[in-house]
Amino acid sequence: MNKNLIIIIAVVLIGIISVSAYVALSPPSSPTGESVTLNGAGATFPYPLLESMMNEYKQVKSNVLINYQAIGSGGGISALQGKTVDFAGSDAPLGAADRAEAPNTLHIPETIGAVTVPYNLPGVSTGLHLTSQTIADIFQGKITKWNDPAIQDVNPEIMLPDHDIVVAHRSDGSGTTFIFTGYLSKVSTSWEQEIGQGKTVAWPVGLGGNGNTGVAGIIQGTKYSIGYVELAYALENDMTVAGIQNPSGNWIAPSLATTTAAVESKASQGLPTGDASWENVDVLNAPGEQAYPIVSFTYLLVYKELNVVPGMTETKATALIQFLWWVIHDGQQFGPALEYAPLPSNVVQLNEASIQSITFNGQTLSTS
Amino acid sequence: MNLKPSGDNLFKTLTTILAASAAIILLITAYTLLTGSLPAIQRFGIYFFTGTQWNPVVGREIFGALPYLLGTLVTSGIALIIGVPISLGIATFLVEMAPKTFRVPISYLVELLAAVPSVIYGLWGLFVMRFWVIDYIEDPLSSLLGWFPTFSGTPFGLDVLTAGLILAIMIIPTVSSVSREVIQAVPDSIREGAYSIGATRWEVIRHWVLSYGRSGIFGAVILGLGRAVGETMAVTMVIGNAIGPSAVPTSLFKPSQTMSSLIANGFLEATPASLELPAYMGVGLILLLLGLIINVIAHVMVSRVLKIKGGAVE
Amino acid sequence: MDNYVYRKFKNNLFFVLCFLCVIIAIIPLLSIIFEVVVRGAPQLSLQFLTQPPSEGGIGPAIQGTLILIGLTSLIGIPVGIMSGVYLAEYGNNKFATWMRTFNDLLTEFPSIVVGITVFTVVVLSIGSFSAIAGALALSIMLIPIVARTTEESLKLIPNTLREASLALGVHKWRTTVSVILPAAKSGLITGTLLAVARIAGETAPLIMTILGNQHFFLGFTQPMDALPLRIWRSALQPSAAVQAQGWGGALVLVLIVLSLNIGVRLASQGRLRR
Repeated sequence: MNKNLIIIIAVVLIGIISVSAYVALSPPSSPTGESVTLNGAGATFPYPLLESMMNEYKQVKSNVLINYQAIGSGGGISALQGKTVDFAGSDAPLGAADRAEAPNTLHIPETIGAVTVPYNLPGVSTGLHLTSQTIADIFQGKITKWNDPAIQDVNPEIMLPDHDIVVAHRSDGSGTTFIFTGYLSKVSTSWEQEIGQGKTVAWPVGLGGNGNTGVAGIIQGTKYSIGYVELAYALENDMTVAGIQNPSGNWIAPSLATTTAAVESKASQGLPTGDASWENVDVLNAPGEQAYPIVSFTYLLVYKELNVVPGMTETKATALIQFLWWVIHDGQQFGPALEYAPLPSNVVQLNEASIQSITFNGQTLSTS
Repeated sequence: MNLKPSGDNLFKTLTTILAASAAIILLITAYTLLTGSLPAIQRFGIYFFTGTQWNPVVGREIFGALPYLLGTLVTSGIALIIGVPISLGIATFLVEMAPKTFRVPISYLVELLAAVPSVIYGLWGLFVMRFWVIDYIEDPLSSLLGWFPTFSGTPFGLDVLTAGLILAIMIIPTVSSVSREVIQAVPDSIREGAYSIGATRWEVIRHWVLSYGRSGIFGAVILGLGRAVGETMAVTMVIGNAIGPSAVPTSLFKPSQTMSSLIANGFLEATPASLELPAYMGVGLILLLLGLIINVIAHVMVSRVLKIKGGAVE
Repeated sequence: MDNYVYRKFKNNLFFVLCFLCVIIAIIPLLSIIFEVVVRGAPQLSLQFLTQPPSEGGIGPAIQGTLILIGLTSLIGIPVGIMSGVYLAEYGNNKFATWMRTFNDLLTEFPSIVVGITVFTVVVLSIGSFSAIAGALALSIMLIPIVARTTEESLKLIPNTLREASLALGVHKWRTTVSVILPAAKSGLITGTLLAVARIAGETAPLIMTILGNQHFFLGFTQPMDALPLRIWRSALQPSAAVQAQGWGGALVLVLIVLSLNIGVRLASQGRLRR
């Protein structure tokens, strides 16, 4: 037999053997109990927090493996509807049509975040102020230059360049877009009429990026750009964000404090139960003095009757419930470090009731 | 005795069934796309193929695939305009001009271009090539010819031009290797006849060899077009991801979208409830049809010239 | 004489231009390899290669790609080879011509369309993104390529071999399996390995079939990670640290794919020079 042929065959065999060894030697580390896998998909908005929570949860229950892929709120919702995941993450609550496709879904707000408006202006490292109407006009393509009077007038100390504004937006179906366009619809009648609110909208101008991370990447890589990105991403990547005028007239920069202020002033009562429609819930343009105007809940979505999900077992269902319980209690402590506001107590109680109502084959499950 | 051994029958049946796998897969794909996209096509009719709006907002839904079809065609067109001459140059060089010792290493390096995975082309395009294009091509063109609609807009490197350039590089191995075979297939008698009347090497190539192999080269070009049309990842990472009417590629420096990049970016989010998923399936259907038509044409042209006959050994 | 000088000049000019074309084509290749090595090499460490993302590594992605290569080969290679055998040994009829055409069409399928089909047919019916869905999608892309190279390799075997075997009374199927296939062994192995190398780098069919996973392999019906997918997702992150991970993954993928390619070609050249 040809020597070279032998070499090839040897390589292939070594390859196969090493693959099998690799597979065999890297099992999910579960010293105690049988390992359970939970799959979730959805929003990129809360991903930094969820990632931190999932890592910490390994110390609590080392045999529970949680896989969450941040493919966008739209992806999460359709995965939920297709029942290809155990739970979904979404910044956008389910609309009527979505609820029809995923009946009996519970909305469990797991944290609160803010949508920031970062920009990349050479020489302007802090302190750009923008009014709500201006933001809407920029994203609608009505204001096209940085030194437009609308922007220059509220920023008297900054020399704005005579340069085109490059708008960056999401190219995937996004709850962050849902929150942001909800805000734009609230503050600009022309936006509301012509474009509206949605996970994806017909953006009149701009470059599209995949995920919060894609948009942040465009802004960082492109001078004279502006976009919208969730607070944790902006902070993690040291992005310059605009201070936005809130209904009280103050210029507010997004932070843990201003996000919490918004939630406290707007979401302390009047929330629906977990299994009702959350379509009309928002924390936008909250009335507080120091409230940041673009704030939102982000939700974990699960079926109330978990047995409808193929592949779900009682063990998995219990593990899921226990994880959710942990998220709304102990998990909350990991939020502030990433600038996510912790859930106020009324929301925690609401969630407790929701989680306790989850059943598997008619049985409720233990939350601890 | 006319008894056929049953071992033979079994084997023949087995291989026949497995050979039909290609047809089966094609049928399943076509069926899936057709039935999947029907709701959207029924609802929007001809607008789906000629319209430019793309709005999945429930209640305002409207889907038109034209910008993405144009995006695919324009980026592929750029790929051909730039890639084909380069490929022909390479093929000519390798067949007619290169000293024998260089032929194998050079052709080998060119073929290695085909071995690089698409996502790595995209990575390189996004972080390296994009800046070359901005600095050496887009900025100069924009300052010189910015008044002309094709070069209008402030260039950012994530646009139709960059996508077309990456595609050009990616089709070079295909087009050059088929062209090479075509040129090699030109009978030597043609060349000798031309040399004997005093033509220079270049004249022989230009006036005799290339025109003789014209249809085969055309087939190679169509094959390259087919490859460019089907390419996904590299394009997705450098094309800028625009949606709706602003995705229509009116300028080389505009961010745009191809059919395959649209699907790669958005398919997972399409909510089953709405018409969004059928809309993506519809775009996939158009892409599939375009690819099939192009490849059938290429197949016919190349096999005619190279006289590749499908046939068994029996 | 002037005309001759002019023509000679044109001749030399075009020689230079064609050579330039070669250079233009090779520059991207060299740049890609350079960038991948320079940006990716600093990432390579045992921890990077074997740990999950929670420890800063891409172990699950590497494992996923290797598993996908294995699974896809298991499904795709036998089907592809048997297809090729049919086309070469029995394929003198209209049906075979059609199959050959379908096969050629399938090789040029847009890969994203394969992803859509497998998503609809497999992911939705199993109810989960899964490794098996990814392997099926890649197999769909592998089978036609293997079938074509098999057919070509088998057709190179001279008919005399078949006739001799049949004349000795060996059944046709036995002839094919025990005489012809082994004779075409080197062509088959070369073609197959090259096809596998090409499939290993595919991303589009994986986007909507395996979803991705932060953990190591958890089962064939569970989501799984893979290098091309991981590279794509990392590239879109603005954090320089994560992007660097993407380059590290790219280096690993390039090493796998290019070494398969180069190794196979070197070996086949060695054979020819025999």
